[in-house]
Amino acid sequence: MQKLRALLLISPLLAFILITFIAPIADMLFRSVENKIVEETLPHTVALIDSGGDIETVVPGEKVFSALYVDMFVAAEKKEHTRLGTRLNYEESGISSLFRKSGRRVDRLDVEVYREQFENIDPSWGEIATWQSLADNSDASDMLPRAMWAYNAWRDYLIADGDNPDEEELEDFIYVALYDDLIALEDASEAGDLIQRSANAVPDFETVNFKEAFIGFDKDWGAEDVWKTIRTYSPPYTEGYFLNAIDLQKEFEGYSVRPENERIYGVLFMRTLFMSLVITGCAILLGYPIAWLMSNRPMREANLLMIMVLLPFWTSLLVRTSAWKVMLQQQGVINDTLVWLNIVDEAGRLVLINNQFGTIVAMTHILLPFMVLPLYSVMRTIPETYTRAAKSLGATNWTAFWRVYFPLSVPGIGAGSILVFILSIGYYITPEIVGGTTGTFISNRIAYHISSSLNWGLAAALGTILLAVVLLLYWVYDRIVGIDNVKLGG
Amino acid sequence: MVDTAEGHAFVEFDRVQKSYDGETLVVKDLNLSMPKGEFLTMLGPSGSGKTTCLMMLAGFETATHGDIRLDGQGINNIPPHKRGIGMVFQNYALFPHMTVNENLAFPLEIRKMGKAEREEKVKRALEMVQMGAFGARRIAQLSGGQQQRIALARALVFDPSLVLMDEPLGALDKQLREHMQFEIKRIADDLDITVVYVTHDQTEALTMSDRVAVFDDGRIQQLAPPDQLYEEPENSFVAQFIGENNTLEGVVEEIRNDQALVRLDGGGLIDTTPVNVSKVGERTKVSIRPERVEFGRDRLGEDAHTLNAEVLEFIYMGDIFRTRLRVAGNDDFIVKTRNAVNQVRFEPGQQIEIGWLAQDCRALDA
Repeated sequence: MQKLRALLLISPLLAFILITFIAPIADMLFRSVENKIVEETLPHTVALIDSGGDIETVVPGEKVFSALYVDMFVAAEKKEHTRLGTRLNYEESGISSLFRKSGRRVDRLDVEVYREQFENIDPSWGEIATWQSLADNSDASDMLPRAMWAYNAWRDYLIADGDNPDEEELEDFIYVALYDDLIALEDASEAGDLIQRSANAVPDFETVNFKEAFIGFDKDWGAEDVWKTIRTYSPPYTEGYFLNAIDLQKEFEGYSVRPENERIYGVLFMRTLFMSLVITGCAILLGYPIAWLMSNRPMREANLLMIMVLLPFWTSLLVRTSAWKVMLQQQGVINDTLVWLNIVDEAGRLVLINNQFGTIVAMTHILLPFMVLPLYSVMRTIPETYTRAAKSLGATNWTAFWRVYFPLSVPGIGAGSILVFILSIGYYITPEIVGGTTGTFISNRIAYHISSSLNWGLAAALGTILLAVVLLLYWVYDRIVGIDNVKLGG
Repeated sequence: MVDTAEGHAFVEFDRVQKSYDGETLVVKDLNLSMPKGEFLTMLGPSGSGKTTCLMMLAGFETATHGDIRLDGQGINNIPPHKRGIGMVFQNYALFPHMTVNENLAFPLEIRKMGKAEREEKVKRALEMVQMGAFGARRIAQLSGGQQQRIALARALVFDPSLVLMDEPLGALDKQLREHMQFEIKRIADDLDITVVYVTHDQTEALTMSDRVAVFDDGRIQQLAPPDQLYEEPENSFVAQFIGENNTLEGVVEEIRNDQALVRLDGGGLIDTTPVNVSKVGERTKVSIRPERVEFGRDRLGEDAHTLNAEVLEFIYMGDIFRTRLRVAGNDDFIVKTRNAVNQVRFEPGQQIEIGWLAQDCRALDA
């Protein structure tokens, strides 16, 4: 009962965290490996490729192209083929336009010959009632999976367009699917008369050469690279995004290192880590003396210092960062002053922004309170008598500080460092504004993939790696210093 | 001031004043000299300036005025770490990030002592406080009493000639405190070190010290050995502060030989020893210890003055009886009697006659 009440009390927060924090992270983790789009858009093509049938060569044979035609036709009607094209284009450039072009062309490809031949066997093949009764019969559906899928897909996209399928003429591509089913049907003896008759007739059908037709749309359909890409990324889950995120690539033949000019993430990760370390170091160097003063001065002075530390905290992050832009730019306050003092000449204005230096300066300033506050809260608990005792035992001011005070303040440094480091490793706004090209972080790349290139899978993989790095560091820190020793307050 | 027989004093405060804000003096005109080897306690209520004096001696506060000398040398301008004074802090101030051994070795390391010698000294110091087996412990793993011993050992390990103790037993429970009082006293005697001990616990001060300096209002009110302090308080503050005390107020009526006759405000005449009253008509507070009050005329002189008293309360305390009386308008007049075979036990409401020897009754300042 007691527990239930406690649970009830925290439930709003719990729900809030679940919805706004845990769920997005889980979603992100999932997206970084999820790859269902290929399978969902080209179900029959992928099924054939995966089953290994008709795959002696990288570029498949007629059967796969026939399935591809049906898949592509539906995808084009549903306007999903461009999405798939975009997805596969991340892996192999050119696929996007290939799919867009093919989507337009499949619509125009003349496959009426299938329909005519089926109607010759039995005119009822041309009636919707026949199809609907087959669709309602589960045995027939099992026997003719692609035809039924095509039929249902046809109905679905018509309804989605606001048309009534019962008043429309059946599309030709459905008969292609029917043909493929009947050709593949091994034993039609269980089936009804119509299907039996049709199954017996199909081997003699006149067919369209889909492979030729697709290669006619675009000769890339005959290229190994395109098929390698499709076949590599056909499974519903892939490690490809993660490989991309660490400058590898997944190829048909296995993993390989990306060419030199495409490797960017390793450098970005290293830069992010390095700059976060530098920022943490700067924050320690600047924050420690302030925190020390705050904890060793009378209350009034300490409060004044505290306000000065917190003041930037109360200003908008964007404003603070923009202020740094004003300060640091080549026509900015610092450069103007230096020129005015004749320390540098007009031509030699320093480049202080849009590089690593700018990012480090601005972020150190912004993250400083996160170092000062934990330091202060730890230092405040170190009684003055420790230093006095050390001095009474013969220690000079420096020895008393270094041997006694400093070791006792280490938990504060630890807490501050972990806070600053973790915050800076995922920082986005400041590097975006003052980082230029050399001072940006991995998070800027993630943002780019989220909002510009729309490669969410890669963004998710990068984010997951970032999360893993932070957790790893946290674990290492726990092993070395111990999280219990970290004091954030009181 | 009690000066030493062997020439100069070891520790000397010479007209020392201290003010934190430049207006009010926390320590006013302090003069004190201590011979080597003395155990001196600074006793007083909080805010009386005793801790400030200790801190000035240790070097953590500077005297606003006057000189402090250690072994004849002025130390006003010597920083604390060069004074070579051992100190035991109120909350021990043992370094929590070091083991017991490291704590003790700290002052020796700073003095650049060799490893072997250091270990030898640490070992000896630990054995002295009977903590030999605890060297490898962390401070947090020790009980309060154990920490106290380690703090003591650390203050002594580098052989300081002067050791300061700032209420070192304040955080311990009563039994442990009494035990440690004895222990500290024994060690101080064994090592023949000079100790300045600050406390607000008068029992502690009386049992441990060679001399006690009673502080109040930034001044030493009385500096004397414990027995003298208790039996011959020089003013009413000391009389009140040390031990239990009955106070009666009145006016000096007659001074003759070395006795003063005082007429109490609540009626009645008593014989007293004049301490700081000198003329007739002066107001005075008369102080009598509860255990020096007599009930029978037989132990008093023939012509001794007595007072009538009413028993208000009788408390049986085992070894003693504690009787509260109403005497000359004072409802809080306490009498302590030993639980001896023939001792009378009073009933509340009983009317009795009390008196005392003039030498036990001191007429002090009003």
